[in-house]
Amino acid sequence: MTLLPPFSRFAPAAALGVLALPVLAGFAGTLLPAFGYLPAVGFTEFSLEPFRELVEEPGVGRSVWLSFQTGLLSTLVSVIIVAGFVAAWFGHNSFLAVRSLISPLLAVPHAAAALGLAFMIAPSGFLVRLISPELTGWDRPPDLLIVNDQNALALTAGLIVKEVPFLFLITMAALPQVPVRRSLRLTAGLGYGQLAGFLLVTWPMIYRQIRLGIFAVLAFASSVVDVSIILGPTIPSTLAVRLVEWMNDPDLSRRTVACAGACVQIAVTGALLLFWIVVERVCATIARVILANGHRFERDIFVRQCARAAMVTSAALVFAGLAMMAVWSFAGLWTYPDALPQNLNLRTWSRALPSLSGHVSTTLLIGVSATLLSIALVLGCLQRETEIGKNGTGRALYLLYLPLIIPQVGFLFGLQFLLVSGNADASLAALILVHMIFVLPYVFLSLAPPWRAQDRRYDRVALALGASQRKVFWRIRVPMLLRAILAAMAVGFAVSVAQYLPTLLVGAGRFSTVTTEAVALGTGGNRRVVGVYAFVQMLLPFVGFLLATIIPALLFRNRRAINLG
Amino acid sequence: MIKTLLATACAASFSISAAIADDLTPNPAEWDQILENASGQTVYWNAWGGSGSINDYIAWVGETLEERHDIKVRHVKLDDTANAVSTVLAEKSAGRDEGGTIDLIWINGENFAAMKREGMLYGPGWVQDLPNWTVVDHETKPTITTDFTLPVDGMASPWGMAKLVFFYDSARTEASDLPDNTDDLLAWAKENPGRFAYPQPPDFIGSSFLKQVLIERVDDKSVLAAPVVEADFAEVTKPLFNYLDQLNEVAWRKGQAFPKDYPSMSQMLADGEVDITFAFNPADASAAIAEQRLPDTVRSFTFSGGTLSNTHFVSIPYNASAKEGALVLANFLISPEAQARKQDPNVWGDPTVLAMDKLEEADRGAFDALDLGIATLPPAELGPAFEEPHPTWMNSLERAWSARYGVAN
Repeated sequence: MTLLPPFSRFAPAAALGVLALPVLAGFAGTLLPAFGYLPAVGFTEFSLEPFRELVEEPGVGRSVWLSFQTGLLSTLVSVIIVAGFVAAWFGHNSFLAVRSLISPLLAVPHAAAALGLAFMIAPSGFLVRLISPELTGWDRPPDLLIVNDQNALALTAGLIVKEVPFLFLITMAALPQVPVRRSLRLTAGLGYGQLAGFLLVTWPMIYRQIRLGIFAVLAFASSVVDVSIILGPTIPSTLAVRLVEWMNDPDLSRRTVACAGACVQIAVTGALLLFWIVVERVCATIARVILANGHRFERDIFVRQCARAAMVTSAALVFAGLAMMAVWSFAGLWTYPDALPQNLNLRTWSRALPSLSGHVSTTLLIGVSATLLSIALVLGCLQRETEIGKNGTGRALYLLYLPLIIPQVGFLFGLQFLLVSGNADASLAALILVHMIFVLPYVFLSLAPPWRAQDRRYDRVALALGASQRKVFWRIRVPMLLRAILAAMAVGFAVSVAQYLPTLLVGAGRFSTVTTEAVALGTGGNRRVVGVYAFVQMLLPFVGFLLATIIPALLFRNRRAINLG
Repeated sequence: MIKTLLATACAASFSISAAIADDLTPNPAEWDQILENASGQTVYWNAWGGSGSINDYIAWVGETLEERHDIKVRHVKLDDTANAVSTVLAEKSAGRDEGGTIDLIWINGENFAAMKREGMLYGPGWVQDLPNWTVVDHETKPTITTDFTLPVDGMASPWGMAKLVFFYDSARTEASDLPDNTDDLLAWAKENPGRFAYPQPPDFIGSSFLKQVLIERVDDKSVLAAPVVEADFAEVTKPLFNYLDQLNEVAWRKGQAFPKDYPSMSQMLADGEVDITFAFNPADASAAIAEQRLPDTVRSFTFSGGTLSNTHFVSIPYNASAKEGALVLANFLISPEAQARKQDPNVWGDPTVLAMDKLEEADRGAFDALDLGIATLPPAELGPAFEEPHPTWMNSLERAWSARYGVAN
């Protein structure tokens, strides 16, 4: 970093390389086997055989439909909850309260949230135990299919409780760029209820800002693996889960089928995005009709209460689920219908600690390295932007979102082939690089708005006083933006901790993180050990966010103005 | 019938192939050299990782080997051993004949058969040269030298014995109501709908349950000892799938969802979701009681007509990077010390592969001192053993199961 001007010149290209190259190369590496070309396994002739085999796979159509349906439903419901809540309660006290309730949930990895949710909603789970047998008369848990249900409703719910915090926070980030209060005053002046006024006038402006984030959610939800393994149906599973199974089949020719399936997965996600655009149009038309007929929706308090209840419920489910997983990690005998264990002990923790420390250090090593490299590149890019006086264009932003919008299986399979043929699989460097593909966009997206909002006049004053660009960077920009930088790093670290599939595929099983461990154990029986891992999995990102808050507070304890910034 | 004869002949060839161990590199007959080369190596041991107590035991093995031989053991936790087979196969296809990423695999059945068939195993004949082989009970335990009808040929070192055993909670279920064969089990399940489940094949235990049902329904058992004949498969397995059609109707969640593996079923027993579970380890429930995962009212039972039984092994891939370390590890696993610890239900409870009469007094004492646990049947009450069918049956059964039940309607 001491080579700052040259570094910043080369940073955008490097960032581009980190993001686009592995994705495109991986995509190509997936495409070739899908058409029968996989020389490592002895397939050298192009054919449509893999697709033919894919189509003949029992239930593959159902798997495709499940992926599409889960992606659509979970995103739709999440957007409705977030839009409804923000519209209903913006400017009220409960808005701030819920905001501080929801924010920490961003740090919770999907798998941990899913594991907690599974125990909450199962027929022998915590909610039923709370009221059984006293209220329900259920001496035995009812034989109801809730978790792993065939219509993937549990999976959808698991995705919703995690997408809501994400969408809520990107909405928060977009709010300052929209004249919310003025437009609210305007609609109120015209007699609209708060909900309708916000949704019809303000929300479209916000929506434009968060649209790419919603696309990322659609792509993620339609191709997720870890949450689907925990909560999703198994007869059959969603497409992405089956692809990973085929990829691991001892019959190596199945890998071409897996790659053909990965292409289908990309198509499914693509179709979902297109369908979503249609949904957008339909919503816009409906909004115009409503505006034109002039109905004011003044009496909206019931709907507003519902919106808040949905928001709070989704957060409460995750919090309670995580708390329950923590209790499980200390539980002695705990059978149905006891709502709490008969006794608590440290046995699970003391037994898990030796192997846990190894997984935690691997997680830290990968997460911290990927985050540091990413923040360096992002700072370089942003500094370059400042130097040449141009902001990233819309097209560059799409590139940034590329790894978030292409389903992971779509390029990770191919990437794995490339790494194996280069003997670079199961190497730490490869793993860190692959994590960066997902960490870097989030770091960039978190840091860019505060960086660009920073008052340029400070720079100009420093430059006028004779400081070099490098000095301005280190002495003015970095200290003033330290909070934002650390917050972006915490986000990046949380993203790295949560990565399941990339760690599994590129790490070749040799690098197990708390997340791969939690998922591996999570579907097995020992809820106590799962509790330990879910807890640690949640704790690590949390510590990251805590540090991001504490460090600037300590450093700048005598600089009130910086703290406010 | 001819196939049966062939299989028997193959089993007999075991002693012949054992003789060709001399040209192995490294050569386990020169044990001092093995120990010397093993020092400082890291052994990547790919083993199913779904059970906390087994993982802890493997961690203990690792600590011990690091202490005594300066060998680091890394447990690569698999959710399906087939994944390890596919990894070695991919390496072999890519021409990586040295420096493979797997040094040792916990294995038996179809996976062992596949690796042996594809020439992906180190050996043959290294097992008999392990110093601790002298205390292994290969005379009275035929599954130690014949795995799923295939001769082991000294390419897999025995680790533990497995027998299908069932568990119930005596506080909830009367012992007199318990089934004594799979027919009874179906009748019981019809009377107690939703209270029996089996793991979803291709989970190992789930597939084993299918084999138990099949064995009880095939008149000529020799058919199962030979490879599957596609033309006859549907006919032979018809009674099995008739049975499953009825069982799934009354099983947990009406067969719309299945537990992932047997530890999940153990949790379901504690949750009151099911009343009868099973495992391949007679001490599984005792181990769970010791860990307070199950109430101390859980007991085990088995079928008087017999249940499936086999041995599980460790094997070394042909391209393993740390063969010496893997050999030392395999040898340690059949040491009286490691075997006695493994049989302790407070640790794992997995039955030993050693012959008690071959052990030193003190070592035998360690086994005698073990309290097998309140829910473990003594070896004499475990009932007759059913031999495993040829490994091809497992594959075909799993595929047929998935096609029939793996797609929701």
